[in-house]
Amino acid sequence: MISSRFSKVLSWAYLIALYGFIFLPVVVLVLFSFQDGRLPVPPFNGATLKWYGEVFADSRLMSALGNSLMVAIGSSTIACVLGFCAAYGLARFMLPASRLQRGLLVAPMTVSYLIIALGLLSTFNWLGVSLSLWTVAIGHVVINLPLCFAIIYASMGDHQKNIERAARDLGAAEWQVMTQISAPMLMPSILAAFFLSVTFSWDEFIISFLLSRFDVTLPVEIWSMLRSGLNPKTNAVGSIVFLVSVALLLILELSIFRRTAKK
Amino acid sequence: MASATLETRENRRAWGFVTPALLWTVAFFVIPFIVMAAISLATRKGRELVMAWNLDNYIAFFEKAHLLKGLFVSLEITFTVTLISVVLAYPLAWIIAERIPQKWQRMALIMAILPFWTSYVVRSYSWLLVLAKNGVINNTLMHIGLIAEPLELASTRSATVIGFVHFFVMLLTLTIYANLVQMPPNYRRAAADLGANGFQVFWHVVLPLTLPGIMVGAFLTFVLCIGDYITPQILGGNNELALPQIIMLQLGRRADFPMAATLSIILMVVVTLAYIACARWLKMERT
Repeated sequence: MISSRFSKVLSWAYLIALYGFIFLPVVVLVLFSFQDGRLPVPPFNGATLKWYGEVFADSRLMSALGNSLMVAIGSSTIACVLGFCAAYGLARFMLPASRLQRGLLVAPMTVSYLIIALGLLSTFNWLGVSLSLWTVAIGHVVINLPLCFAIIYASMGDHQKNIERAARDLGAAEWQVMTQISAPMLMPSILAAFFLSVTFSWDEFIISFLLSRFDVTLPVEIWSMLRSGLNPKTNAVGSIVFLVSVALLLILELSIFRRTAKK
Repeated sequence: MASATLETRENRRAWGFVTPALLWTVAFFVIPFIVMAAISLATRKGRELVMAWNLDNYIAFFEKAHLLKGLFVSLEITFTVTLISVVLAYPLAWIIAERIPQKWQRMALIMAILPFWTSYVVRSYSWLLVLAKNGVINNTLMHIGLIAEPLELASTRSATVIGFVHFFVMLLTLTIYANLVQMPPNYRRAAADLGANGFQVFWHVVLPLTLPGIMVGAFLTFVLCIGDYITPQILGGNNELALPQIIMLQLGRRADFPMAATLSIILMVVVTLAYIACARWLKMERT
């Protein structure tokens, strides 16, 4: 009896300690983004929104934010379309060496981003391609395509196959089956793949850093802000990024995962 | 005959769906990798690349102490991080799976991963706020009078390890939790009925059954940790360099592309070896 109560107390203490550890840096980050002073460290001098104002007035940060959104949405769209088509082809038709093809498509997942970035950088240098947001987007498609393919491929079951066959028997052309039958049925997993890709691309640093030159994405711009040391403005940017990501996570949780979980 | 032509037409159509993705992967993943492997066999003459087609860079890696040390620093950090993360995450996953009411478990997991949705760069910076000389920990300790001088916490290997552990405890909690809830409760009951005490049930039944979850998480930890540049650069500083930091150094100041390519290939070989070592457990998860 006593030992069970003791273990209960112990578990709760452990839980609180670990959640404390997990949340500590985020709490410090957000709290000191409101710091009325020049250093984001204790003591807390009082609350101000000054640093948020500075973030929104910073044209470089704002253009980096726009670049990040553009690259994230563009590369995720391409990755989703390519991934969906490949999943459709491999799940619905008997192709030779389909195991090998699947292996090739998911292979980039097992390689460090740093190595993917370096490979692309060597190739672009060799071919004389100049670095831009386009090269960053190409890199992001490389890392997100395996993810999109794997998620969509995994959700293509036999249940949908029968409905597709019915549509085909009723005279639908292949592209009609794909766009009007398969895609709507698989929408939850397509959207899940898309939003996951967006968050990965939005947060990706090393590929963006190595493959961009003049126009940069947000993580690269934040990286260059770090050179000036601790600064409440960096806290403010970080808090905004956090808020946007949590909003995305909530949308994903409430709209897509919940719906698929019910099914 | 008729069915054969139908089949070829079907096949041609199927290739139409798969080819774009395959071409993308070959053009922007396979070929770049081959180019990089070729460059690792070149040498640098001034700012020019000369294709020498020899293994000089690889020999140099094993001969130059500061390069080889980078690999060992990376391996030491990675093993430390993996071990600490498993030890911290296992009880957490256990408590979430066993002590928290079922309907709150999902919420508890979402809460556990919430802080990781800030940008990776920002997360390392946040730890800097906590660990800096005038940061939260030093400030608190000095305030309550435990220490008189601020501790040197940032720019050390411990800072790198703390930053990594923070990230990977979350990851391992997820993989171990997934394994724990899959385990039928009867197994434990049966073991207990047969006279095993709490520790024996855990050691002989629960732990072996959750080993796949641990290994998957540990492998992911290993791969992501050893290839990461951000955390050691921001938190560890320049006192001792991890392998990715050395790779970036070759690209930046030294403009030694062949050496950067060589080190990347070596990094990849290490990751592949880790995969081979863990493959037995990783396969079980794939089904």
